[in-house]
Amino acid sequence: MPHPSAETKASAKVSLQGISLSYKANGGTHLLALEDINLKVNPGEFVCVVGPSGCGKSTLLHLIAGLQQPSSGKVLIDDKAVEGPGTDRILIFQELGLFPWLTVGGNVEFGMKMKEISKAERQEKIQYYLRLVHLGKFKDSYIHQLSGGMRQRVALARALATEPDVLLMDEPFAALDAQTRDLLHDELERIWAETGRTIIFVTHNVREAVRLGDRVVLFTFRPGRVKREFLIGLPRPRHLEDVAVAKTAREILDDLREEINRSLEAEYSHEAVR
Amino acid sequence: MKRFARYLVFYSALIGIWFLLAKLKVWPPYVFPTPQGVLESLWAGFSDHSFWIAIGVSMKRMLLGYSLSVILGMVLGLGVASNKFLEQTVGGLLVSLQSLPSICWLPLAVLWFGLTEKAILFVVVMGSLLSVTIAMETGRQQMPKIYGMAGRNLGARGFPLFWYVLLPASLPYIVSGLKQGWAFAWRSLISGEMIFVSLGLGQMLMMGRDLNDMSLVIAVMILIVAIGYIVDGLVFRTIERRLQQKWGLTPAT
Repeated sequence: MPHPSAETKASAKVSLQGISLSYKANGGTHLLALEDINLKVNPGEFVCVVGPSGCGKSTLLHLIAGLQQPSSGKVLIDDKAVEGPGTDRILIFQELGLFPWLTVGGNVEFGMKMKEISKAERQEKIQYYLRLVHLGKFKDSYIHQLSGGMRQRVALARALATEPDVLLMDEPFAALDAQTRDLLHDELERIWAETGRTIIFVTHNVREAVRLGDRVVLFTFRPGRVKREFLIGLPRPRHLEDVAVAKTAREILDDLREEINRSLEAEYSHEAVR
Repeated sequence: MKRFARYLVFYSALIGIWFLLAKLKVWPPYVFPTPQGVLESLWAGFSDHSFWIAIGVSMKRMLLGYSLSVILGMVLGLGVASNKFLEQTVGGLLVSLQSLPSICWLPLAVLWFGLTEKAILFVVVMGSLLSVTIAMETGRQQMPKIYGMAGRNLGARGFPLFWYVLLPASLPYIVSGLKQGWAFAWRSLISGEMIFVSLGLGQMLMMGRDLNDMSLVIAVMILIVAIGYIVDGLVFRTIERRLQQKWGLTPAT
């Protein structure tokens, strides 16, 4: 089925080709959530997607994860069309979706169990990935016993344990306090460097995007389109407080503000469809 | 402790009034027994093992019938919840059938199975099947969608998705339905045993009537209430509380 078109570079890990998605809203009208998204993500690249809320950036991750199908266009992973969920790309949900009936270890084990990896290997990897996120001692704890930052780490370990090529992260640090978030930025950057995963990271926080990404993709407000892309050439490791980070973020923010204003207008007008 | 004191006062008063009324002999003892009489019946019943046997027989029927209805109810409920057509047709039928007291199934059961254990089992299953099914169905709908998505995202599909994700995820939402199902099954069992005489607590109750032994009747009634309370109030409520705590639905203590 996949016919890689001429412009598709064989090197792209994730390739979005003309992705559009429309919903049927309550009144029977069609609501266009995403319009003609074209994006290529290279292997090992860290791409951040920013945009105002309601620009469909979370939906885009669901499409890449295969949990939802686009109305038109296609998602390619290594030039192969995505037809459903697969463990080659794991989504870390904004709400995490950790399983409360399993221990931390059980959560990390879950994806491997589904892949029918042997028990001995699973045990080994649980240890490895929990240590990677600094939760080595919490294997037997339950989710409700952990703090927000720790849960975030469990979600990360659970996703990494299936050893996906692509990690999709949906505003993972939005609900955390500043210190925990800073710490997790450092850890995510380290893990990314250690494991060489391709990461697509959605956030509404421009500074966070500049802090983490090789590239920042700015989305327009509804319908979500790629407004602009910014290559972030700043040296790593970066910090949220770096002047250079702040300066780059400022440039992107100027563009983003226009979209935020559009989203606010829509919200206050009665035409707003939520 | 204050609650315990309140219980103590209430029940001593209740038994005190009972004792006084019996002492005053307003009604003859075979209509209105004394507390001591009931206590003696309880003692006698337990010491000659007849109560133990009756409890054993009833509990065995309960466990068998109830587990059967839980398994059937889960399958049915999931089926109904997963299909819009079934939900609107079968779902509606199940809700309307729930208004039928389960003992109404007994004549049918006797005609189908004769005077056998199967007939009683059938009544018990019918008593709780509907509550379990409906609970399972609503549980599937109330369960946060994120778990299903997370499961699929991590590579689960088909039966493993159901068994390892959807079922545990919906547990806190179906446990109250399971509890209700147990209570209905218990009622159905006792009614069934009363009409369909072959051991068990219900039959014990009818034996009291046949022997004109009001003390025995009251003693068995107390027993039925006690067992119902222990399972419902202690077993199920503990499970419910633990589930809700672990699933993060209530703040951990």
